[in-house]
Amino acid sequence: MIIRGDEPEQLRLLRKLYKPGNYFMQGNEAVAYGALFAGCRFYAGYPITPSSEIAETMARELPKLGGYYLQMEDEIGSIAAMVGASWTGFKVMTATAGPGFSLMQENLGYAVMTETPLVLVDVQRSGPSTGQATKGAQGDFFQARWGTHGDHPIVAVSPTSGQDAFWETIRAFNISERLRTPVVVLFDGVLAHTREQIKIPDVSEVEITYRKLPQNEEEARLPFGDPHGDGVPPMPLFGHGYFTHVTGSTHKETGLRDVYTPEVHDRLVRRIHRKIEKNREVYEKYEEHFTDDAEILVVSWGVTARPALGAVLRAREEGINVGLFVPKTVHPFPAERMRELAKKARAVLVAEMNLGQMIIEVERYVNDDVLLKGVNKIGGVPLTVEEILREIRGVA
Amino acid sequence: MAKKIYSTYPMVKYLRKEALPTALCPGCGGGTVLNAFANAVDQLKLDPKDLVVVSGIGCSAWIASPYFLADTLHTTHGRAIAFATGVKVGLPDKKVVVISGDGDLASIGGNHLLHAARRNIDITVILVNNFIYGMTGGQVAPTTPFGAKTTTSPYRNIEHPLQISETVAAAGASYVARWTTAHVYQLIESIKKALQVKGFSLVEVISQCPVQYGRRNRMKEPAEMLRWFLKNSVPVSKAKDMSPEELEGKFVIGEIVNRTRPEFTTELNKLIDEVQEHFGLKEE
Ligand SMILES: Cc1ncc(C[n+]2csc(CCOP(=O)(O)OP(=O)(O)O)c2C)c(N)n1
Ligand code: SF4
Repeated sequence: MIIRGDEPEQLRLLRKLYKPGNYFMQGNEAVAYGALFAGCRFYAGYPITPSSEIAETMARELPKLGGYYLQMEDEIGSIAAMVGASWTGFKVMTATAGPGFSLMQENLGYAVMTETPLVLVDVQRSGPSTGQATKGAQGDFFQARWGTHGDHPIVAVSPTSGQDAFWETIRAFNISERLRTPVVVLFDGVLAHTREQIKIPDVSEVEITYRKLPQNEEEARLPFGDPHGDGVPPMPLFGHGYFTHVTGSTHKETGLRDVYTPEVHDRLVRRIHRKIEKNREVYEKYEEHFTDDAEILVVSWGVTARPALGAVLRAREEGINVGLFVPKTVHPFPAERMRELAKKARAVLVAEMNLGQMIIEVERYVNDDVLLKGVNKIGGVPLTVEEILREIRGVA
Repeated sequence: MAKKIYSTYPMVKYLRKEALPTALCPGCGGGTVLNAFANAVDQLKLDPKDLVVVSGIGCSAWIASPYFLADTLHTTHGRAIAFATGVKVGLPDKKVVVISGDGDLASIGGNHLLHAARRNIDITVILVNNFIYGMTGGQVAPTTPFGAKTTTSPYRNIEHPLQISETVAAAGASYVARWTTAHVYQLIESIKKALQVKGFSLVEVISQCPVQYGRRNRMKEPAEMLRWFLKNSVPVSKAKDMSPEELEGKFVIGEIVNRTRPEFTTELNKLIDEVQEHFGLKEE
């Protein structure tokens, strides 16, 4: 039994359709191609700016690869259909933006609780509500973390360029499959619509992960157990005669509902947390520039990491000892590395396209004697190199 | 002792024994629906391994999951059909069945119901219409009869009930039938047909909830509710010649629609074939 998308036939098709080389494309298209290379063969979605080109690319390309594009009646139905398809063995993705992401939250929680792999791309746009519907922002940092109800872990990655979006989407699939969990890609409207040169690799350069399947009947009978001690149960797919029962209610290792025994809930929810906590090496990722001797540390993520790097380079030319730290997986936050870097710094600046979200996370790892300051901008226009540089000079 | 009872029930082979006894109240119509569905599966000689049963949230949702022994997906409130859509695309050769309540499928999930019918995706929906939100304690539903009493319409219901079957038929389903729990044999036949139809099929079952509905509407005993169903049932053929006034408060029973229309997963796979052919992607 294999997960669809890893057959030699699929590699042949990918090679035939997408010749390696440099292409001029949008960030949204890069996300879509990343998904196709990662083995995504099922997409269900509902159009919303600034994410729609992801759906359009998938609608055009998926049938060529024998994959399925479904335009559902709304976002709630989209993520529901994804969960259903994931249990039949598909790698699945959807893309949306703020309001659609809000609608998906209930079933995102369902995917966490039922340990269903899926990738949800949130192309962040300016809010609250319909806000500036066509403009980019970074205001969903906490919606990704705390949008659904209950105690739950979440993994979210955030690309910093179109090229990065291609690879980070693949990485999101790999994390999702490896840990049997939904993964959020926090993209943004600015990069989504920026056209730039993007290198498409040969399929052999792409490392792909597939979910663990049960090795025997016994493992299949425990779809929510922990036979390998890593917190990640093998996933018995529908249609193989295992009579698997999947529910978003509290369930035992067998899948059967038990909402009355406190220990059963405790055991299940703690294991779901543990599988994320204990497998940091699967998803933890960050970038550093000039952090060795940085007295001033700029922390930034997603779209803002690019002007932030520009500002740091310019400040370095001026002789300022400044470094840049960019979490690529933003949830769970790279806490340990953040703490180490913050220890050496005298000032920490957090640059983001919102009124201060990641800074709340950063604050937890920075001592009181360090100057912590947000560099924030809203209105749909990204921060510029000059704006960030001015703030660096201000604390130098 | 309980074990003995199950062991003499011939349909027990289709049930998850470790989940029994069911949590349904004594006299609930849900048991009849489960029984009818199991009998339909049995008479068609379907292998439960070829079934995926999906449900939402509510008492009626439990009929399918966990009690039915197949791959079962117990989803969020109202979304069962959308989940089932993903399952059906992934497993087009399996029978995908949704069993859930009227609140679940026609209120919060009404949009998915209409669009699945419009798409004509090959899913069988068994909708248990008990006129009430049973699980949450008897609140008014979009199916509650005009004038009826519920916990949230304590004086009387001033809204008009949704005619689910007619609405789904108008939306484009291939097969739609309505029966009550007092018409068990007809119900089994309709479920069998629905399972065999290639396209979206809906079997609406008017069902008794003596505990939350009957009690508040002067029908405390399940049998009183069944008598109410029998007395007010009108076959489709007869209903055709009746005025809306004459049909007020009646249950139209029988096949509402039975027709052939292109089916979604078949069309989807046909499209993929055409596209692959067009771009020369088929293996030589
Ligand atoms: C999003 C959401 N809203 C509300 C509920 C609460 N809820 C649980 S069951 C139910 C109604 C079920 O009614 P119906 O589908 O008619 O099933 P019955 O219990 O009558 O069989 C409601 C409102 C929920 N679980 N989720
Ligand atoms: S509350 Fe009503 S619908 Fe629910 S189990 Fe009891 S009788 Fe059945």
